[in-house]
Amino acid sequence: MSNAGSACNGQPSLNAVPTHGQPLWLLAELTYKCPLQCPYCANPTNFASKTDELTTAEWVDVFTQARELGAAQLGFSGGEPLVRQDLAELISEARQLGYYTNLITSGVGLNEHKIADFCEAGLDHIQVSFQAADPEVNNLLAGSKKAFQQKLKMAREVKAQGYPMVLNFVTHRHNIDQIDRIIELCVELEADYVELATCQYYGWAYENRNNLLPTRAQLERAERITNEYRDRLAAAGNPIKIIFVTPDYYEERPKGCMNGWGQVFLTVTPDGTALPCHSARMLPVEFPNVKEQSIEQIWNRSNGFNHFRGYEWMKEPCVSCDEKEKDFGGCRCQAFMLTGDANNADPVCSKSPHHDLIVQAREEAELPTHQEPIFRNERNSRVFAKS
Amino acid sequence: MSGVEITPDQTPVLSRMFRFQWEKAQDSYVLLYPEGMVKLNGPAGEVLALVDGQRTVTDIIQSLQAKFPDADGIEQDILEFLGDAREQRWISL
Repeated sequence: MSNAGSACNGQPSLNAVPTHGQPLWLLAELTYKCPLQCPYCANPTNFASKTDELTTAEWVDVFTQARELGAAQLGFSGGEPLVRQDLAELISEARQLGYYTNLITSGVGLNEHKIADFCEAGLDHIQVSFQAADPEVNNLLAGSKKAFQQKLKMAREVKAQGYPMVLNFVTHRHNIDQIDRIIELCVELEADYVELATCQYYGWAYENRNNLLPTRAQLERAERITNEYRDRLAAAGNPIKIIFVTPDYYEERPKGCMNGWGQVFLTVTPDGTALPCHSARMLPVEFPNVKEQSIEQIWNRSNGFNHFRGYEWMKEPCVSCDEKEKDFGGCRCQAFMLTGDANNADPVCSKSPHHDLIVQAREEAELPTHQEPIFRNERNSRVFAKS
Repeated sequence: MSGVEITPDQTPVLSRMFRFQWEKAQDSYVLLYPEGMVKLNGPAGEVLALVDGQRTVTDIIQSLQAKFPDADGIEQDILEFLGDAREQRWISL
């Protein structure tokens, strides 16, 4: 009975619809409202122009339909999902449908009573994000003076109430050199999983890339220190799991983005637009809305979800590449943002004729940055919405 | 502790980190955990379905022997699986 289970790595199961997998992961972006202003936020830069939000009943309908198609994991995200006053109700409905429910929060707006209410509603896990391991850098990046103390308090409360806890640190050039302090803080807070997730350069992070991308030396040092901690903690019998995500800007082959377009992930944005990943809204592709189509239609038959399934859409060098089934040509959003054509190879790939754009970004990372980051807030978003 | 032998009078308990359930879309039992899922094979699912913090290892073995009377050497398989499950921190004893 060894090999009793295989990790859910997104491979479509054998009895799935032949051309694509099931939407195992449903990410519910409940709102774009957020009390913080992180300059690497993944939300669209023009979020201020999108103020519509699905009602409680509409969300429950989305959860019900997606569950029937096989969704097992449900992430409550945003913006800051705590802004939604009906969050406990949504958790309760989702839990009764059989989802494993994940709350992905900054911790700002949380308190011990809400943590207890969510537990009663059936919430399975809470992920708290931090901006840094020390109050000054954290609060500067978050754009809030009280954020760090609040996060510490809430992380302790989450564990005190018995939840599994993931701590998420988005790493970049301003905090990656403190990786040892970050890991020590996570150990102290008794995190079960730690995600040292490098910035993904979409949305606000793309606008602030010069301010965020670490140098290769910074990255290599951080990875080495992380590995040393992993070994030391494992030897001491500490069950903490540390996940280190390197920025794809330092790779020579692209990531197999989202385990393939429309294979595992379904994101529903605050206004009901359904996306194969949370960044896809930027693409020149028409995406369906849950108010107009059923989840079954959206997942199996919509143009938006079928657009980059399979290999038909590919151009060279992808089309004749023997690695295309591994990485699917990389990320469509990155190809579009950097080359202007979403059908191109992701320029992270050294075979891409546009790979020099990535090399150039690496070279720029070696230079000091002097400009102020653009914070993710309503005022700045309105500027993007106009342009 | 891994490597320590499992004894018949112990009572396995599922770790709070994992939720065990039948998943219709997978046609199998699964363990769900933060942002992930382990799809269990048939025998593993049968054993974990009996882990409720009440039944001892002996109870579990007897239940499965009664359910699958034709299966040979089932006791050893169950003990090995429980050992693996403990190592993966799915259960504690």
